[in-house]
Amino acid sequence: MSAISDLYQELIIDHARAPKNFGALLEKSHGAHGDNPLCGDTIDIELLIKNEFLENVSFRGDGCAISKASASLMTESIKGQSLEQIQNLFEGFHGMLVDDQPPGSYLKKLAVFEGVKQFPMRVKCATLCWHTLMAAINESPSNVRTE
Amino acid sequence: MPNFDVMAVRRDFLCLEQKVHGKPLIYFDSAATSQKPSVVIEEEMAYYRSFAANVNRGAHYLSEQATKKYNNARARIARFINAQEASEIIFTRSTTEAINLVAHGLGKCHFVAGDEIILTEMEHHSNLVPWFLLAKEKGLVLRVVPVKDDGTLNLEVYKTLFNKKTKLATFVHASNTLGTINPVTEMVQIAKNFGVPTLIDGAQAIHHAPLDVEKLDVDFYAFSSHKLYGPTGVGILYGKKAWLERMPPYQSGGDMISSVSFDHITFAPLPQKFEAGTPNIAGVLGLAKAIDYVEHLGFKNIHSHEQSLIDHLLEELRRIPRVKIVGQAKDRVSLVSFTIDGIHPHDISSIFDREGIAIRAGHLCTQPLMKRFGVSALSRASLAFYNTHDEIDRFVTAFSRVFEVFKL
Repeated sequence: MSAISDLYQELIIDHARAPKNFGALLEKSHGAHGDNPLCGDTIDIELLIKNEFLENVSFRGDGCAISKASASLMTESIKGQSLEQIQNLFEGFHGMLVDDQPPGSYLKKLAVFEGVKQFPMRVKCATLCWHTLMAAINESPSNVRTE
Repeated sequence: MPNFDVMAVRRDFLCLEQKVHGKPLIYFDSAATSQKPSVVIEEEMAYYRSFAANVNRGAHYLSEQATKKYNNARARIARFINAQEASEIIFTRSTTEAINLVAHGLGKCHFVAGDEIILTEMEHHSNLVPWFLLAKEKGLVLRVVPVKDDGTLNLEVYKTLFNKKTKLATFVHASNTLGTINPVTEMVQIAKNFGVPTLIDGAQAIHHAPLDVEKLDVDFYAFSSHKLYGPTGVGILYGKKAWLERMPPYQSGGDMISSVSFDHITFAPLPQKFEAGTPNIAGVLGLAKAIDYVEHLGFKNIHSHEQSLIDHLLEELRRIPRVKIVGQAKDRVSLVSFTIDGIHPHDISSIFDREGIAIRAGHLCTQPLMKRFGVSALSRASLAFYNTHDEIDRFVTAFSRVFEVFKL
């Protein structure tokens, strides 16, 4: 059995209460909107991509502590990275939560979300921002939903 | 049963006797679905064990037994809500399907473009989306009765919404989000004064107080088995015979015809006209047993126990800092929705879950109400007659765990 503290780790609570990169971008090239239709969580992500590098990122939205902290830590970890590196981070993060893979060391702080997989109903809270991010990068036309 | 013994009653609900995450289960989500007493589970099992056969066909012993029991169950439900005839009871899959049946039927025989439907801001999506879609399809207009700050309906506005174009008034009997019991007798009467038929969504009311459709004089009343301590997968539509005869079938196929050729089809009489396909026979029999069980306990006993529980819970919640109750109606069923300032309902729900406590979180299928009260989601604790004052005390104590996790 996993304790509730595995889910709500200090880093997660801190980011949920004071999320980083929260707001809108003045200069942006890409954006997407995501929903978790079952729980009503929403997120909007804005990106500034130049020459295959993510120069800036921001998010806005409404949701639980897991979804806010996940978006906050995601934006921290992807800012300044190449699109290829971001794709790797997405696959590593998604694999950790959905396919039960152990977190690679390159995930760094993002490994704090490993405990979420013990709470299957909450996995979609952590992955919503990542799916929305990938939709923004790939410019998928429709709104994003999660597993 | 002069003295209601909750501990004795709890022994009828085996599902309540378990630990969740190492803690004794506290089930505060009966408004989503109720637990089922053993007699209901045994009744379903008895059907599959002893007389599993299809109904209304086959001249063999098992089919006769099943048909007899199935018809008796329909008559039992008719008596339970005081319908004049058993054929006014239509079995569906859910309250939602019962409402869809009416929307479909009235869409074919009653509404014309420009007609108006009155409904309320506190409707569950199940009594909102079907009308929204019908309105779009047929060019109808939806008129919405607003909800006041205390979670009651604004009846003054309700009265002013009626005009020559009003063709239906539909409203929830008790709100699944606010707990409010609406003054349905008065609301039906007002509609009648304008010659407008009524449909009540009774999903959250049927298990709390006796219903008399005859006295209420409502045209349609929808509810489901699973909130009335019966099995899932069975909904009930009560409809006045004149309406049911006028409406065309909802689904078509087997069981709903009198005769079929390639030139002509004659529909079966009520209620079969609306019951195409093999029904949920075990579920219907289980529901009849659940009604026996509820009436044996007695609505008077159920009501007084549930009222004392909800009064206790409201009093305790009002004392907890940061907790805000949404819906302050005095006349209410035993549920309460709330927010905790600074903590999202899903986080609250996960933390309570680890304490063995099941509560609901989310938009509760009432998104217009979320907007009305300026929230994106709510937490909801809903109580039934098998809950105890001790469980409420443990629930209230567990709030400190929520604050602890969030360092508040």
